Amino acid sequence: MSETLTKAAARNIFYGGTVFFFLIFIGLVAHSVTTASAIATNNPITPSVAAGKHIWERHACIDCHTILGEGAYFAPELGNVWVRFGGKESPDGARDALKAWMKAQPTGIAGRRQMPHFAITDAELDQLVDFLKWTSEINTQNWPPQVSG
Amino acid sequence: MKYESQKVAMYYFAGALALFVAQVLFGVLMGTVVVVPNFLSELLPFNIMRMVHTNALIVWLLMGFFGCAYYLIPEEAERELHSTKLAIIQFWLFLFGAAAAVVGYLFRIHEGREFLEQPLWIKLAIVVVALMFLYNVSMTVLKGRKTAITSVLLLGLWGIAVFFLFSLYNPSNLVLDKMFWWWVVHLWVEGVWELVMASVLAFLMIKMTGVDREVVEKWLYLIIALTLFTGILGTGHHYYWIGTPGYWQWIGSIFSALEVFPFFAMVIFTFYMVWKGGRTHPNKAALLWSLGCSAFAFFGAGVWGFMHTLAPINYYTHGTQVTAAHGHLAFYGAYVMLNIAMFTYAMPNILKREPYNQVLNMWGFWITSGGVAFMTFALTFAGVVQTHLQRVMGMNFMEVQEQLGLFYWLRLGAGVAVLVGTILIVWSLAVPGSRQKAASQAGLAAAE
Repeated sequence: MSETLTKAAARNIFYGGTVFFFLIFIGLVAHSVTTASAIATNNPITPSVAAGKHIWERHACIDCHTILGEGAYFAPELGNVWVRFGGKESPDGARDALKAWMKAQPTGIAGRRQMPHFAITDAELDQLVDFLKWTSEINTQNWPPQVSG
Repeated sequence: MKYESQKVAMYYFAGALALFVAQVLFGVLMGTVVVVPNFLSELLPFNIMRMVHTNALIVWLLMGFFGCAYYLIPEEAERELHSTKLAIIQFWLFLFGAAAAVVGYLFRIHEGREFLEQPLWIKLAIVVVALMFLYNVSMTVLKGRKTAITSVLLLGLWGIAVFFLFSLYNPSNLVLDKMFWWWVVHLWVEGVWELVMASVLAFLMIKMTGVDREVVEKWLYLIIALTLFTGILGTGHHYYWIGTPGYWQWIGSIFSALEVFPFFAMVIFTFYMVWKGGRTHPNKAALLWSLGCSAFAFFGAGVWGFMHTLAPINYYTHGTQVTAAHGHLAFYGAYVMLNIAMFTYAMPNILKREPYNQVLNMWGFWITSGGVAFMTFALTFAGVVQTHLQRVMGMNFMEVQEQLGLFYWLRLGAGVAVLVGTILIVWSLAVPGSRQKAASQAGLAAAE
């Protein structure tokens, strides 16, 4: 390494550059926070959606499934499950189908991955479905490429 | 080892190694569930095993970092640790918190956000533990000699604590939740953890190669400059499809593609230092782990990360087994190997073991590394097939998974090899080697 670059110079480049890039990052994140907050004006986060998110967390759904591609890759993507169940065409049908699906677990079929039975009331299932419906309406830049998730 | 208080690192090394075994054991259990789905499905569902597997990894790596810092900082600062007693209390508190979290998980008590499943009171306890630790090491450095290594290490450790605070923020808006969740996850493993990694590697290079400190520390600053210049805006590669604006596809693609360079620089750095030093350090196993760390981190974090980081590619691969492949090799190369390098270097010094099971340790290196590499290949192939069938052809998730059975069996086999290697590593560090063995090893080396 060239002798013209001293240790002190390397240190100053590190600190100065880090502050510079971190400030740019904060600026962009701040802008993205405003757009992310604006999502809630067109697609309001009702108390039911918020409650549904807590139910999603209480049962650690993300440690098997993925949501917007993040999670455990063991079970299907649920960010667009509302669309996959036909929620855009028939909201009532999709809601009933999703609730019936969750109530039917575990299937007990040998050789098939098992979803545990969760003690979720009917009202809570509605909230969970509201959360999944809300999630499906996020602008994800057209991800996933196929409705299969 | 020059200072009595460095011995406190042993608590952390021992705790970390125990959790390492637990983490790999749960990994093998999960690998089994993937191929035999009804296995334990009622008693211990997959989601619970997964939180134990990932949390045990994170906790033992952090515990290892704490141990590394307690060993390294007195030697660099040239004085005893500020308080040995505080370090011991901190250890037991941290271990208790980790154990309480795991027992809670088994009873389905958790907060259910990926990697941040710890209940609130445990998160707060972790903050207290971190403050005890930071107070202790910062006071030691403030009163002692300040080196580039200690400055960078402290910056990394303070950063870990500061960014962990974002784990306490959980808004109802999923998009905001995800954005700041990455402030913990990404800014840890592709940010401040790399500062810890680079500074510990720099310490090991000074100790083992005998290269001049000025040279090593200049490299250190340049490496971490590359790390943060690319890694901070590289966060953008997690902001492609979560409801954030489209410009992140450009920023994330460009900066995260450049994240390969700091890892490449670490390879050049370690191999060049060892070559330049030209000294044969007796602890060959520690040297092997140090070189292995930079090489595996380059492939796991650098190459396997680059493979799916460009937005047009990530559009298809996001959230498939490609991600799982990258995650395993990157964590192993960058952080598991770093910790084991330091343990392998420091433990014989602390325990005053002249002959120790160095050859066994190196067997552990090759078996574990071979296992993780094979697992990565199996998952990469699984991910490529999955991407095509599911994301291009539009096949249903569960049907696609059925097509991946062969790869998952190969992954399970690799996982068993990793478990064997892990046990060898722990054994070689925990059990003293005998004089006789050392003599025969010396004979063997001479014969070669």
